[in-house]
Amino acid sequence: MVGNYSPAQIAEWLVPGRNLFLTIHALGVACFIYIVAKRLVPLLRAESDPRFDQPLVRLQRVLKFWLGQWKHPRYRFAGTIHILIFAGFILLAARAFTTLIVGVSETFVMPGLSGRTGQIYDIVTDYAATVVFLCMVVAAVRRLVFRPARYAVPTKYGKGHTADAVFLLGLIAILMVADSLFAACRTAGHALQGQPAEALAFLSMPWVLRVAFGSLPLAALGTVNFTAYLVHEVTFYFLLCYRPFGIQFHVETSLFSVYFAKLERGTLKPVRWGVSGEHLDQVKSFGVKKFEDFTWKHMLDFYSCADCGRCADNCPANAAGRPLAPRFLTIKARDYAFTHYPVLGRPKESTPLIGKVYSEDEIWSCTTCGACEEECPLLVEYIDKIVDLRRGMIDDGNVPQSLQKPLKALESRGNPYGKLEKKKADWIKAADFHKDCEVKLLDGNNGAETVYFVDSITSYDDRMQSIGRSTARILDHIGENFGILGAIERDSGHEVRRFGEETLFMALRDHNTEAIKNAGVKRIVTADPHAYNALKHDYKDVPPVEHISQVIAREVKAGSIEFNRVENENNVYAYHDPCYLGRHNQVYDDPRAVLDAIPGLKRVEMTRSRDRSFCCGGGGLMLFYEPKEEQRMGVLRVRMAADSGANVIVTACPFCMVNMEDAIKVAGLEGKMSAIDLTELVDQQIARPVEGETLETEKLETATCGG
Amino acid sequence: MEILVCVRRVPDTSENEIELNAAGNDIERDELVYSINEADNYAVEEALQIRDRVGGNVTVVTVGAEDDEEILRRQLAMGANQAVLLYDEAFIGCDGKGIATILKDFVQKGHYDLILTGVQADDGAAQVGGMLAAMLDYPFASLVNAITVEDGRLKVSREIEGGNREINDVDLPCVLSIQTGINEPRYVGMRGIRQVASVPIPTVGASDLGIDDDAVGEGAAKVKRTDYFVPAASRGAEMLHGSREENAEKVLELVGAKGGLK
Repeated sequence: MVGNYSPAQIAEWLVPGRNLFLTIHALGVACFIYIVAKRLVPLLRAESDPRFDQPLVRLQRVLKFWLGQWKHPRYRFAGTIHILIFAGFILLAARAFTTLIVGVSETFVMPGLSGRTGQIYDIVTDYAATVVFLCMVVAAVRRLVFRPARYAVPTKYGKGHTADAVFLLGLIAILMVADSLFAACRTAGHALQGQPAEALAFLSMPWVLRVAFGSLPLAALGTVNFTAYLVHEVTFYFLLCYRPFGIQFHVETSLFSVYFAKLERGTLKPVRWGVSGEHLDQVKSFGVKKFEDFTWKHMLDFYSCADCGRCADNCPANAAGRPLAPRFLTIKARDYAFTHYPVLGRPKESTPLIGKVYSEDEIWSCTTCGACEEECPLLVEYIDKIVDLRRGMIDDGNVPQSLQKPLKALESRGNPYGKLEKKKADWIKAADFHKDCEVKLLDGNNGAETVYFVDSITSYDDRMQSIGRSTARILDHIGENFGILGAIERDSGHEVRRFGEETLFMALRDHNTEAIKNAGVKRIVTADPHAYNALKHDYKDVPPVEHISQVIAREVKAGSIEFNRVENENNVYAYHDPCYLGRHNQVYDDPRAVLDAIPGLKRVEMTRSRDRSFCCGGGGLMLFYEPKEEQRMGVLRVRMAADSGANVIVTACPFCMVNMEDAIKVAGLEGKMSAIDLTELVDQQIARPVEGETLETEKLETATCGG
Repeated sequence: MEILVCVRRVPDTSENEIELNAAGNDIERDELVYSINEADNYAVEEALQIRDRVGGNVTVVTVGAEDDEEILRRQLAMGANQAVLLYDEAFIGCDGKGIATILKDFVQKGHYDLILTGVQADDGAAQVGGMLAAMLDYPFASLVNAITVEDGRLKVSREIEGGNREINDVDLPCVLSIQTGINEPRYVGMRGIRQVASVPIPTVGASDLGIDDDAVGEGAAKVKRTDYFVPAASRGAEMLHGSREENAEKVLELVGAKGGLK
């Protein structure tokens, strides 16, 4: 370094400085490239995942979820802080780049940022740096003083992450201070030497620092300026190379994670991309057993997780004290990736995930409700990973005893209860039902337009058969020409698939597809959101499917369903969104519109409703699973309903009904709270012609009943 | 260790509604679904676990007919090394002793260190294991709920009434009848079964075993089923109508009175 410290004559000390900074640049960039290359190694060994389709849709989602930070405001405070930091980073990118280059070529100006535009940009970024700095302070205070519960790390998952988080916040804060100080000293120096000084944004950090340091002699200013620059340079590259070792890696990876994120809801990834059903038998191993069985996108998810804890905060399994928190599903996999694919040295031999990284109960605890995915700002996928891990366990025969019996029964009898096939349609034979509504059995093409897909629980469960009968009466009331498959209908297989038993699912699906095709119907209606989701997303080549709430909403709108006034107007109703109707299929408004069409019905919303609905405990095979938990999800849910001031929970799913009614008893709310299915409520409130009064219509109705 | 597991295919009680046939001497079998007898499944799992610890082979065998191949195939999918179907027209109508005789002859044709059976078949009498051991002059332990292999001998835990356990040293070769709950049998799905679809399952008949047609089968059976009945449904459950606390009190009292509490 030569003698002159004047920032104005920056070139003088930059002659040797240039070499120093050039070296730092080269080292920093080389290190970063090397580390990122090492991080990519497992992705290259991962399973394939075709995510290169629909670039425009993906780009749109990047604009919405990445640049637009769409999910962040769901957590108002933390979200706002993040949006500010993110916006600051985006704005500061050009300034940071310019600052780095200035160390090598002092007259460098970013193309497009000269003159007036440059001056405006400088003012804006003065403020941006200030805002980012303040956000760092606020975030650190939040972490250290207020400690939001969702950041806590239970001891079973290792040490807390606060120290690392605060360290990173500190580094960014240093970067902002150094950048501002550099600008402040440079301006002050120029002013001292009578040169045109850049304007600094009023009250911004560079402005404040200029006021603080402006009175220093020129030489001292030079030293501070140089030091600030060096600190900025070193911190920048340290941060760049440190980020791939922790949650800050999302700064680099999030753009890709969001771009390559899954586009469809309610679907599951196939066992293996590019291998069709009939060739699956040739696939040696199913699902994820070792880390390399994940797809590259799922590995990218592990890198992108920012540890914000929103998934776990919304996870009903976590809330109920089950041994599952989506957040740690990711963190543990990322830790595995870091230790097994070290930056220095060769990759280590892979170990089985189940038993080493994840516990069996952890993986079976998930109800696939989708609350985690709905919340994740980075669109990290969980359900596909859970199902892939389950596929691996099923393939190894590693299945809880409680699930083996229903699976076996599904294989031999087509339903998880082991009930006889011939009894599947017994629910239509109930005396009081049969006499005014005869339901066709579609054991071939019987001329029906619509098949009502009943599914196992509504067919066999004494309580849920009432949902079946109400659904049939509603379809009958609106003059639908419908029937049911009866003995030839098998379980939709929705949970079979989500519990990882793909082969059994395919057998059920193929059987039902055949039966539905043979019935020659034009559409399918179901009152079971799980069957709805299966038929809509898991089945192919079947007619379009609707949930009964959609049908009712349409008929109410068209005026073909009218309601009587509710009998007890003191009742307060809360609608509980079933996961597979709401989150997975976005049917939020139809059931509400139906309820609101019933005269005198008072409806409230639970705090957690619509896309934040809280799973009742899960359906299908989940009813057989014996989870390790502190309390039932359903109990938490009925308490939420009670807190909202409701005394009647309306749901639109037979499994929700099972869980709600059990939970009402367990929570000791019997007599104070009740649960009713939307179809039952509609059936009860429907305005039917009074007997004797309109004989003509009734005759007509009986004639069209069930077609 | 060479391990033989004797299994049996039974109507799955959890997936059938058992009804009497018209003649009243058997159950209606037309719409039944079958599976491996539950205790036998635990026996196979135990054999697989022992094999995986100490090495060797697991052979699964059943005395039955063509239809019984399905459970053998399922046990192959579970991990058994081979399966053998013992079938001959002469075997039809065997009583327990007849089945034990067939198995004894099969055992003597091979070299097995350890023979496992389920503690009893759902539709059986828990007699074949003991008879087989006696015919072979092997030691026998019943109701086994844990096995460890120690220097060529076995340490075997047996379930005693009241949930107690007794530990025995048993010399090999021996016969053990396995209690349910000894382990957690692995799951076998359709995929696993398909993967072993082409594995041959040999059928072994009376002449292969050197059994006299008269020694087994219906003619030789000394125990014959003469009737079959389903007990009449008893009075319905007693409903308690008190408050939660009163009901809890009452339940404790009732369970205590039946000796269910200690």
